[in-house]
Amino acid sequence: MSYFRAESLSLHFGGLKAVDAVSFAVEKGEILSIIGPNGAGKSSIFNLISRIYRPTSGRIFFEDQDITEQPPHDIARLGIARTFQNIELFENATVLSNLLVGRHRHSTTQLWQELLFLPGVRADEKVHRRRVEQVIEFLDLEPYRDKLISGLPYGVRKVIELARALCSEPKLILLDEPSSGLNVEETDDMSFWIRDLKSELGVTVLMVEHDMALVNRVSDRVIALNYGRVLAMGSPAEVQEHPDVVAAYLGA
Amino acid sequence: MRFLFKTDYEDDIRLFPHSGYYVSYGLLLAVLLIAPYVLSSYLMSQLVFVCIYATVGVALLILTGFTGQASLGHAAFLAIGAYTAAYLQKYGVPFPVYFLAAGLLTGLIGALVGFPALRLQGIYLVIATISFAFIVEEILARWESVTNGNEGMRVKAVSLFGVAVSRDSPTFYFLCLAVLVLTIVGTLNLLRSPTGRAFVAIRDSETAARSMGVNVALYKVKSFAISAAITGFAGVLFAHKLSFISPEMFTLQLSIEFIIVILIGGTFSLHGAVLGAIFIVMIDPFLTYLKDDMPGIIAGIAATFGAGTQAAANVQSKVAAFASLNGLKGAIYGIIIVLFVLFEPLGLYGRWLKIKLFFQLFPLYKRATFKRQKIYVKSERNR
Repeated sequence: MSYFRAESLSLHFGGLKAVDAVSFAVEKGEILSIIGPNGAGKSSIFNLISRIYRPTSGRIFFEDQDITEQPPHDIARLGIARTFQNIELFENATVLSNLLVGRHRHSTTQLWQELLFLPGVRADEKVHRRRVEQVIEFLDLEPYRDKLISGLPYGVRKVIELARALCSEPKLILLDEPSSGLNVEETDDMSFWIRDLKSELGVTVLMVEHDMALVNRVSDRVIALNYGRVLAMGSPAEVQEHPDVVAAYLGA
Repeated sequence: MRFLFKTDYEDDIRLFPHSGYYVSYGLLLAVLLIAPYVLSSYLMSQLVFVCIYATVGVALLILTGFTGQASLGHAAFLAIGAYTAAYLQKYGVPFPVYFLAAGLLTGLIGALVGFPALRLQGIYLVIATISFAFIVEEILARWESVTNGNEGMRVKAVSLFGVAVSRDSPTFYFLCLAVLVLTIVGTLNLLRSPTGRAFVAIRDSETAARSMGVNVALYKVKSFAISAAITGFAGVLFAHKLSFISPEMFTLQLSIEFIIVILIGGTFSLHGAVLGAIFIVMIDPFLTYLKDDMPGIIAGIAATFGAGTQAAANVQSKVAAFASLNGLKGAIYGIIIVLFVLFEPLGLYGRWLKIKLFFQLFPLYKRATFKRQKIYVKSERNR
């Protein structure tokens, strides 16, 4: 049984088949990249997994559990975290409180305890804070802890989104174009971090990416999509040489 | 300028970042505690209203400032609290019991209002809460067996441990102050716990909040319930302070006054609720003063510029007629809101922070420090 599995997943908007019977599996501990031209349905697949959209048909399994009908907030509770293509941070909050929201799935305190800020809540807060600090250290975010998001540059925001996802201690992380809008140096850093996610934290990574250099550097396997259908699946080299993939990109 | 050197996670959790705050807030508390023995009875009465308005302001901040859900229905929550208290008091229920009951009932109704609000955003939510307020106003006027209709209800003095506490006594003021302080502390506690952060997350990006495991619907309802419950508590005090309540006290204008409290005070910090409450409570006597004295003053000025007695009297009567126009107060409130939104979006507390920073950084203060930058446009796709 695979770790994560999508079975003939479809998403139709009227006549438009954004995702059309896509099946794939992610093994535990691997980095799987989804590539494809604009509008191929890559982000739609992510939005189906995190339940922003409801699939027209098909099923999604995670750790042998059918999660197709789970409400969106339960997906994170199961251990699937994600980032967004066009950064979705909490703009008017500090970096620290953004990251602490990532800890939400681990919070166990009740409202009345929080109103009184009982010792249990305080102890919990310190545990959350320590975990957040580990992520801050992992991603070199120390200079930004108390800064408001609205005043930070794009590249830093991108890293903070990754950090927020990591704070939830996910088993599977969905990265939606982690390098979009980053300069060469920041993309380099990102590729090291993605590899570290796998090797140091043991997180399984599913990612959508356009930057082929980054894809080649980090991915174990690659899936190529076009018009909502799977064109090819395999190692980065295999997929890039696949004639259908070449045709899709070059229009031959 | 003070630099904080943090050595413990506790430094990020504690309510006061450094010991200087204990001094300043301690002084403030001392002043508030001796106030009833120094100030005139009129100012004391105003101070009690400041406490009540600030409590409602904090409640509204939780919902509007921190969860991002606008409400123009808080006068209705206040009314439910006030009427619950008046009704239960009639049957000899002791103060602590009906105080809690009023808060709980209002919180419950707040949660019920929260459910339809789940599907509404922005201006539509405002309309929904206004309609809720009108429904409550109408029920209060028509349900005569309980509310006594438009005749209104008398509210007797608070009875604490068998002793009647007059609405003008220092004890009643301390009661209102205690409710305000407890509300503020409770809210601060909430804001530094997961629930408060979930509220802020919902305000800034529902999609991201959901993907981080926040049950958006549940937390919106929670926010409505907490906000309504606090307003219900304030409603009990409001009823006791006025000693008489009737439906026409809880109109849309009162809801707008609450919005003014937080808009003018500043929507990003609890300080704003208190500053805004002081503003709204003090502007009424100020407007009355203008209305009474302005015509005379203007006529005097006209006279010094050589206008005859007849002309000066004419000017005085014209100005007086203008000052007593119906709806002038509403217009002035409207102008105040517009001016603040345009020129001081961070409110009075924001202005205070700017002044403080100016002196801390003198002479290096940059005018653009508090300018909001829009670096890129956020995608609307996932909404």
